[in-house]
Amino acid sequence: MSNSSPSRPLHVPQGPRESRRHTPKTNFKGIYRRALGQSFVKLDPRITVRNPVMFVVWVGTIVTFLVTVNPNLFGDIQADPTEQRVLNGSITVILFFTLLFANFAEAVAEGRGKAQADSLRATRSDTIAHKVLADGTIEEVNSTQLRRGDQVQVLAGSMIPADGEVIQGIGSVDESAITGESAPVLKQPGTDIASSVTGGTKLLSDELLIRVTSDPGQGFIDRMIALVEGAKRTKTPNEIALTVLLAVLTQVFLIVVATVPAIAQFIANFISTLFSQAAANNLQAGASVAVMISLLVALIPTTIGGLLSAIGIAGMDRVAQFNVIATSGRAVEACGDVNTMILDKTGTITFGNRLADEFIPVTDVSSQTLAQVCWLASVFDDTPEGRSIRALAEKLGGAVDLDLATAEGIEFSARTRMSGTNLANGQEIRKGSVEAIKGFVRSRGGQVPDQIDPAYERVSRLGGTPLAVCRDKDIYGIIYLKDIVKPGLRERFDQLRRMGIRTIMLTGDNRITASVIAQEAGVDDFIAEATPEDKISVIRSEQSQGKLVAMTGDGTNDAPALAQANVGVAMNSGTQAAKEAANMVDLDSDPTKLIDLVAIGKQLLITRGALTTFSIANDVAKYFAIIPTIFAAAGIGALNIMGLKSAESAIIAALIYNALVIPALIPLALRGVQFRPVSANQLLQRNILIYGVGGVVAPFIAIKAIDLILPFS
Amino acid sequence: MLQGWIQIAITITLFVAISPLFGGYMARVFQGQRTLLDPVLNPLEGVIFTLSGVRDRPEMNGWQYTRAVLYSNIAACILVGLILFNQALLPFNPTHLNSSAATWDTILHTLVSFVTNTDQQHYSGESTYTYFSQFAGLGLMFFISCATGIAVAIAFIRGLTGRPLGNFYVDLTQAITRILLPMSLVGGVVMLAAGMPETLAGPVVVPTLENPHISQAIALGPVAHFEIIKELGQNGGGFFGVNSAHPFENPNGFTNLLEIVSMVSISAGLIHTYGAMANNPKQAWYIFNMVLIIYIAFVVVAGINEYNGIPGINQLLGSSQPNLEGKEVRFGWAQSALFLTTTTGTMCGAANSAHDSVMPGSLFIALFNMFLQILWGGEGTGTAYLFAYVILAVFATGLMVGRTPEFLGRKIEQREVVLASLLLLLVHPIVILIPGAITLSFPEVAANVTVPGFYNGIFNPGFHGLSEVIYEYTSAAANNGSGLAGLGNSEPAPSALWWNLSCCVVLAIGRYVPIMALLLLADGMSRKQSVPMTSGTLRTDTKLFAGVAAGVILIVGALTFFPVLALGPVAEAFAVL
Repeated sequence: MSNSSPSRPLHVPQGPRESRRHTPKTNFKGIYRRALGQSFVKLDPRITVRNPVMFVVWVGTIVTFLVTVNPNLFGDIQADPTEQRVLNGSITVILFFTLLFANFAEAVAEGRGKAQADSLRATRSDTIAHKVLADGTIEEVNSTQLRRGDQVQVLAGSMIPADGEVIQGIGSVDESAITGESAPVLKQPGTDIASSVTGGTKLLSDELLIRVTSDPGQGFIDRMIALVEGAKRTKTPNEIALTVLLAVLTQVFLIVVATVPAIAQFIANFISTLFSQAAANNLQAGASVAVMISLLVALIPTTIGGLLSAIGIAGMDRVAQFNVIATSGRAVEACGDVNTMILDKTGTITFGNRLADEFIPVTDVSSQTLAQVCWLASVFDDTPEGRSIRALAEKLGGAVDLDLATAEGIEFSARTRMSGTNLANGQEIRKGSVEAIKGFVRSRGGQVPDQIDPAYERVSRLGGTPLAVCRDKDIYGIIYLKDIVKPGLRERFDQLRRMGIRTIMLTGDNRITASVIAQEAGVDDFIAEATPEDKISVIRSEQSQGKLVAMTGDGTNDAPALAQANVGVAMNSGTQAAKEAANMVDLDSDPTKLIDLVAIGKQLLITRGALTTFSIANDVAKYFAIIPTIFAAAGIGALNIMGLKSAESAIIAALIYNALVIPALIPLALRGVQFRPVSANQLLQRNILIYGVGGVVAPFIAIKAIDLILPFS
Repeated sequence: MLQGWIQIAITITLFVAISPLFGGYMARVFQGQRTLLDPVLNPLEGVIFTLSGVRDRPEMNGWQYTRAVLYSNIAACILVGLILFNQALLPFNPTHLNSSAATWDTILHTLVSFVTNTDQQHYSGESTYTYFSQFAGLGLMFFISCATGIAVAIAFIRGLTGRPLGNFYVDLTQAITRILLPMSLVGGVVMLAAGMPETLAGPVVVPTLENPHISQAIALGPVAHFEIIKELGQNGGGFFGVNSAHPFENPNGFTNLLEIVSMVSISAGLIHTYGAMANNPKQAWYIFNMVLIIYIAFVVVAGINEYNGIPGINQLLGSSQPNLEGKEVRFGWAQSALFLTTTTGTMCGAANSAHDSVMPGSLFIALFNMFLQILWGGEGTGTAYLFAYVILAVFATGLMVGRTPEFLGRKIEQREVVLASLLLLLVHPIVILIPGAITLSFPEVAANVTVPGFYNGIFNPGFHGLSEVIYEYTSAAANNGSGLAGLGNSEPAPSALWWNLSCCVVLAIGRYVPIMALLLLADGMSRKQSVPMTSGTLRTDTKLFAGVAAGVILIVGALTFFPVLALGPVAEAFAVL
């Protein structure tokens, strides 16, 4: 894509994103009720076994249930069997609830994803499609039966049955169902962007012939539905690494706990000879199977183990709420790792519509003559720029009475970098980049006036785009196309810089204009007079240094770059090729959203890390609660620094804490840890204080409080 | 008391001051830069490399390096095994030890123990092995085992910093020729001058002072050269049974100082070697200081415990006396406590006092030291462990900055987490707690000695007995080699067979599984593309991160062994109070 194009029909919604209507509206009602049911369904061992940490709890629950029925199942325990049953029964109940809470967390996240998916699916209702067969006859088929490559005819007032490309006809389409933009969009074949249509949108006028570009269930919306529902969710690399760590920790604690009874027995033999048989019995009871399972469950990282999948699903969900379709969880995580962001100037950094602000004469022509030439050069140009030139020209009295049928419009091309009009009398009127027009004039044997360079520089210094206009071999003047940097971007780029992300602006403009805009917007670097090839070579050179690159794009010639980038976000208004090459599609077609996606990606990783740290840090307090109380007979009661009432009370309190902390953290898992755009060190400092130090301290307080409430003596 | 703390402070200051020099020198050696000894060693190494066929120094990957470690170590075992099994036929046997001086299982245990740089000794040197067995057999092991450790550390550092791992045989040779041999030569002469014997003559028989009619044989031997590499290489296997408490192995305060400094120097220096090779001396200093602070804290805890002495005895005496049971008076509480903390922290395993007699608080420190293995850790492996801990800390906390965790610009992913957590979290519980629990459950196998009225089994019952069993396996697993005694682990106790064989397994797993994991970890890291540092990257060269790493190290170390520590030294401490 070349920004030098003065005629780029990019439609960019404007105004603060917050105020934009987000459709589809998601219905969250009844999620919790359904999640409650799902919590029980997920007790199925075939489901639980997928999560090693929770599977250990599952097995533990069964075993504690067995020793509730028969406390002496695994050898005689010298303690009152009724008391044993009460203790073991309580442990069983709490473990059962621990499982339910973990299932509930996952079910709520899935439920929210499903709700999101349902509303997406609502746009996907089956319709009757008019399939055009090879012999030209039309057959009515269900939209789900359409295959890639099929051609369908869509009539005014009906739904477009599948994602596709317009191959014939012109029509306006209401895309509000997916983008929230109420203004209809004109679709026609051949044009880069306006030819792509999305299934579920509605044709308002005329009729279109469309070639289907995706099989049913393979469209973007379908992929998104599968992702937010969690059905197709594959674990991301970070999640896999974390699962490994949690599994290893679980194995470590399995070994630790499994060896405790032998140690306790050894000590008990000593205590029985030295002190009393009662003390020895006490010690043995402290190492009973139910108590050991309690210790194990308290130590293994159930908190993060129970919330891990919920965090992942919720991350995808947050992306979906942002009206962005991600094709994989990996892409969302990669957002957090982005080092370099490549942004188009037009539409991303500045408002897309550059407007003519001034005509600057470079020869001694009257301003009216200049306005007339400008008007004539733009008479076939229907882009916002072209329209604004005509409007300014008309204001300056430049309107010319012209029979359009006698004239010929010359389309803009990236090669010639100019457009214009050929009149019936043989006059060639052109407007375009200053270099291109200079070349055009010279080729016609004309002279380039000296005043053109000062004018060109003046416009460039103002950050505007200078366009030269000429008639045959004479350059008449410069059109100043004013470009306005979007407000608030500077701050956002500052934030990105603090996060360690470098921003590179790409533009087809000349160096001076580019540097002015770059400075005004506060990007780190810019590439002027960029060609589509430049974009991909910038990405490659950044990647060769090991950097992860994010970019947005919409045109077909962006597709290779979108595919090359680690995070490629295509605009929904973009072409089908761009959308397929990208790993995310922004339904609002708002390129600045890339910045928010980075925050979401980081938030996802932070949430996972914070809860892991919290979960492991909790173990310190749990150890201090359980070990000194169950082995008080060994004389280590002084380690019971919380002053818990008894072994029973300590075990139950630790387990209740362990269970309750899961639902207590569900909101945090779903919402994500608050992310601030500050440096990594500041983030670490803050989060280690809250989740690391807090994770050590909090359970001491909570377990003590639960112990005070418990009825044990 | 002040004098004791001053002795401790001087020793620590000394090695803190020389470790950057050592580290810098080692970095020069292994980066192939010019060093002072080049004129002598270049031709010598040229001959060695040509003869051994590694002249082209082919680069090795992780598996190849691991295999080379194993092959060379197995070869050393076979060679030294031939010496030990046939020592009666070999020269330098003034005490005429015959082939039954050591049983096959004791020799096997000795071989595994020495080749793994552990030097756990289920025997007394003077009555089991001939001079030749000691200086030719075990002496060879001293060099090979610690050079293996250094080579692994260097390969690990190379990998972390994105370089190929190098060639094990070249690294092994250079560790010996350029680091261990020159230092041992100088150190041996100093030891000799400080009063250690170096002789091939047999024991001296002299009448005792108390009763001139009773004579006593005083064991001698080529001790001075043996002693320096014992400490420098963190081997710790004593020439005599009582190790560095023996007046010929450690005659005075000066040799004690030299021994402590020798055992720390290379491990502490390697942190600076990392700094030089990673081109980040600042980070090396932060990590060095983190280790130093924990180390000093541990020394202080042990020192206070020993200084305060045993409450019950102090009560009887009516005054406060340090705990001097099992200590050499010439060293006192301070140098004994410092030696204890250093020898268990560095995986040296030499001892200048009876570890069995230290206060429970000091025993806690000794055990915790060996659980962590990084204060300053084993020769080479300690430094590698340290950075593996750093990687684990980066992974555990690095996600909290919102990026895939990276260390030195290289992403820490599934493979790294698998290897680091296997290495740091899983190996120890498997080889310490499982054999420990088996031994505790079947005491009749462990020791068939009945102490009337007490538990039939391990010599000491209760908390201390538990500590002894755990200490034995921890010492083996961490390749430390010191022991608590109180176990029937040496001949002629019938239970020696169980201890020898079970410790062999623990020793080998505790050494080679982590080495393999370290090398594979480094290999993987070296192949990763490094990502440039930005302000969004978690910086590992800050005070904050050093603090976080310390927290992760202490918590991870404590979590695995909390129950054992609580029922062992902690319960004993409460019982002693």
